[in-house]
Amino acid sequence: MATLKLTDIEKTYGGTVNVLNDINLDIKAGELIVFVGPSGCGKSTLLRMIAGLEKITSGTLEIDGQVVNDTPPAQRGIAMVFQSYALYPHMTVRDNMSFALKLAKKSKEEIDAAVMKAAKILQLEPYLDRLPKALSGGQRQRVAIGRSIVRDPKVYLFDEPLSNLDAALRVATRIEIAQLKESMPDSTMIYVTHDQVEAMTLASRIVVLANKGIAQVGTPLELYERPENEFVAQFIGSPAMNLLSGEIVETGAQTRVRLDGGGTALADVASTDADMGARVNVGVRPEDLVATDGDYIFHGTVNITEALGEVTLLYFERIGDNDAVIGKLPGIHADLRGRDVRMSAAPEKVQIFKDGRSLKYR
Amino acid sequence: MNPVFQGLITIAIGVGGIFLYFIASNAFLDKVLFPAKGPNASRNINRANTIRPWLFLAPTIIALSLYLVYPVVGSFIRSLYNRSGNDFIGFANYTSMFASSEFRTAFLNNVLWALVVPSVSTFLGLLIAQLTDKLRWGNIAKSLIFMPMAISFVGASLIWKFVYAIDPELGIINAIRVNMFGAQPLDVLQVAFWNNIFLMVILIWVQTGFAMVILSAALRGIPEETIEAAIIDGANPFQIFFKIQIPQVTNTIIVVFTTTTILVLKVFDIVYAMTGGNFNTQILPSYMMQFMFRDDGRATAVAIVIMLIVTPVMVQNIRQARAEMR
Amino acid sequence: MDNIAGKKSSLSIAVNITVLLLVLIWLIPTVGLFVSSFRDRDAISASGWWLAASSTEQTFRGRGDTETTTPVDGGFALTGNVFEDPEIAPSFPDGQGNIAAFGDSGRAPGAYPAGEVADLGDGETLIVERNGDYVFTVPEDPEGSGPRYYIVAEAPPSFTLDNYRTVLTAGGMGQAFVNTLTVTIPTTIIPILMAAFAAYALAWMDFAGRTWLIAAIIGLLVVPLQLALVPMLTLHNQVGIGQSFLGIWLAHSAFGQPLAVYLLRNYMIGLPRDIIESARVDGGTDFQIFTKIILPLSFPALAAFAIFQFLWTWNDLLIAKVFLPSSDETKVMTVKIADDLLGSRGGDWGILAAAAFVSITIPLLVFFTLQRYLVRGLLAGSVK
Repeated sequence: MATLKLTDIEKTYGGTVNVLNDINLDIKAGELIVFVGPSGCGKSTLLRMIAGLEKITSGTLEIDGQVVNDTPPAQRGIAMVFQSYALYPHMTVRDNMSFALKLAKKSKEEIDAAVMKAAKILQLEPYLDRLPKALSGGQRQRVAIGRSIVRDPKVYLFDEPLSNLDAALRVATRIEIAQLKESMPDSTMIYVTHDQVEAMTLASRIVVLANKGIAQVGTPLELYERPENEFVAQFIGSPAMNLLSGEIVETGAQTRVRLDGGGTALADVASTDADMGARVNVGVRPEDLVATDGDYIFHGTVNITEALGEVTLLYFERIGDNDAVIGKLPGIHADLRGRDVRMSAAPEKVQIFKDGRSLKYR
Repeated sequence: MNPVFQGLITIAIGVGGIFLYFIASNAFLDKVLFPAKGPNASRNINRANTIRPWLFLAPTIIALSLYLVYPVVGSFIRSLYNRSGNDFIGFANYTSMFASSEFRTAFLNNVLWALVVPSVSTFLGLLIAQLTDKLRWGNIAKSLIFMPMAISFVGASLIWKFVYAIDPELGIINAIRVNMFGAQPLDVLQVAFWNNIFLMVILIWVQTGFAMVILSAALRGIPEETIEAAIIDGANPFQIFFKIQIPQVTNTIIVVFTTTTILVLKVFDIVYAMTGGNFNTQILPSYMMQFMFRDDGRATAVAIVIMLIVTPVMVQNIRQARAEMR
Repeated sequence: MDNIAGKKSSLSIAVNITVLLLVLIWLIPTVGLFVSSFRDRDAISASGWWLAASSTEQTFRGRGDTETTTPVDGGFALTGNVFEDPEIAPSFPDGQGNIAAFGDSGRAPGAYPAGEVADLGDGETLIVERNGDYVFTVPEDPEGSGPRYYIVAEAPPSFTLDNYRTVLTAGGMGQAFVNTLTVTIPTTIIPILMAAFAAYALAWMDFAGRTWLIAAIIGLLVVPLQLALVPMLTLHNQVGIGQSFLGIWLAHSAFGQPLAVYLLRNYMIGLPRDIIESARVDGGTDFQIFTKIILPLSFPALAAFAIFQFLWTWNDLLIAKVFLPSSDETKVMTVKIADDLLGSRGGDWGILAAAAFVSITIPLLVFFTLQRYLVRGLLAGSVK
């Protein structure tokens, strides 16, 4: 049951290299917060500052209302699962899990009980006396998690814990972590990943980090359905959201945009008279595009098709300065290659961005 | 007291003392000076952590400053005093040394040593590393050539004293001269100029293994693909060796070369045991030992000369280390 | 690359032969010393060590056996077999041999071919058969001691441990061996501990001046030890340590620091950062992290340096000459060999060889059993 409050946190290396700015974030007790962002966005640095492995340049970090900026890692009541697992190679699984408790001078009974409990949750009982090198990747990962469970911390920190596993194991372990979270509804967890599937499936709320700051904070579906800006719109979802430039031609509860490619888009987005004639970008996810014979948002020649089985990806020819539009149709449509296709989307699926920000957020 | 017993006590005191020092000093820091309790706990922990590295470093720093830093200054000052150490005589030790023909011989010989020993042992080391790389018994061969590393320079000198012995029933060289060429036996250690080379052979014999081990690892570190690409491009083994492999290990070759050069300037044992510096085989380290205990002023002057020769390497090493740390 | 198609085998043969040749050149000197250490003085001067395994013609001397004295025409005859002579028998363990020639003086031990009657003058005659039977005729009863004769015979190869016995007992090498151990063991263990703490601080603790310190240590790696001799000996004398074991322990421990710190730091910095941070999150203090995580994980580097330091202190001559008194009770083996044996025993090659071997056995043993660590240490020290 721990809350975290990050206020105006900033990180600068060596007085010159600024990596994070203006980080303000409230984490409620029992939440699983996921930090995502492109590599180099500072998500790991932010996690390490929360852990106390990096000094906070300015701003304050509070855990349960207490400023912990100058508290050493071990006193913050946190536990961390590292990307490389960081198991102590010369210690058995049991010793790995009990190391922190021994350092804290806990009684032997207490240590044994905690280790056995964690081992049971993670099905590690048969391996307690093995060295890490005799374990598979997934087992090592579980030991790393077990090591943090044993400490019964206020906050769990996960630093890309699945990135060293192969695809199949990653899915299995992801589900295990989700179950683990469910079994400990009161513990607060912070999870760093660059994998948006992990983010979407695990998070209570996602923090998207970009350009040294927070781009958006929200539940996974909020981020998907109501991205606050073009960066989040394109970062969440795969393939990325299509952006088409155009001009607002009709305002009101719904907004109509005439696109530079000739089509028009109607969006369930409110606008004011002042917006009339403004240059905007219209965003439509590939999976929301549907083929049409009537009014279209976009039409173009299909350059390449990728039939993935359950869906077919259509790559259209580039028009103007916009990126090539991508469509995602259910089923197999290999025959569309080389054809001219008109695409449209339902108004509730269409986003409008002015100066990079969504009109839904103002 | 029996020295063995004394030695055991020293180990106990030394090891125990060091641990005791670390435990006690850390405890003092954490419990007394900056206790991790009370209202200032966080601040105290951080303060303790800024002091702790110096606790860890203290024994080493003290040892180094006393035994390696202070002597640079101490030797220089001593070299400005006369034999007894009572009278300041400025650079007189240096001027008289530079004027002495034995010093010049030692200096020139040392230059020769510093050129020949590193080049030959690096070359042989590279050659052997390359030749043994693909041999099935390559590791055994390397191990045998590496073996002299474990032998003291005194032991190595003795081993080669046998090879160089005048008696054709003892020294292989003279046995070959007498039995195969019918020549008279000869004391090779008295042959002008070449005797220096014969002494260098001993150090080369010891040091080639070192060069070989390092260069062998470096050669193995070369990406196999570059060699395979060269094979497909039609290079023959010699071209591969000289045009693909050697250029990729140039840095290592330089490291091996300079390391051996530095060593050459430290080794007095071989000359001391083989010729005692006679027959114009003196080098600076053995020249210095001639004055040790007799004329400390002169001995330290020689040491300072050696230091000056080493300085460029030292500066270069420091520079490189600082560059790597950035 | 062994799989490459169309590879010429002639080159591979040339490579094999070249390497074999180089290995032989490298080994021969040591083998010579080794063989010589098991031969006595006579064998060494009689033939090269490379012939030690074959029989050699050697000169022996004996006396006519007076117990067999029997009066004959013109005097007395002494008969017997030379191979039963107490002076000769030890060299011929199976009691037989081949006599090539004989004589009656040390100057011309082979004056007469075997089987011929030799007229020695003064009425003495001697005949020695090839199988060693002899008849010595003298004009007067020799009574106590029989007359001298010399023979030249093919002696079987003989090896002896006498040299080692002499060296270890009378030669003082036994004491020197103990002294070397006394110097070596403390100076191998103590500097490692000191350096390990320092290396940890330099690798994993953050403090102002760290890079500066590392650079300084790298600089000190090449400072010639000769500089330290005079000032430090003077200092030792001033503080009352003087020339003593304590002095050399201190000196070696200090001189070993730059390499030890450098090697260990290079190794420790390569340990995964996550592990150390994880231990920190687990609540480990620096001291606990060092003893529980770093030390066990750094074992290979510690072993590598231990071997270095051991070989270096065991083989050192310079520091021992300067920091230890030059009395027999404190001499280490290198000093003993360089100063005593090479001087006084200059001609006694068997003793020299045995002494050398006594001094290099332990390092060779260490070398061959722990070579893996030594190589790893060398690489950590130079390639980075």
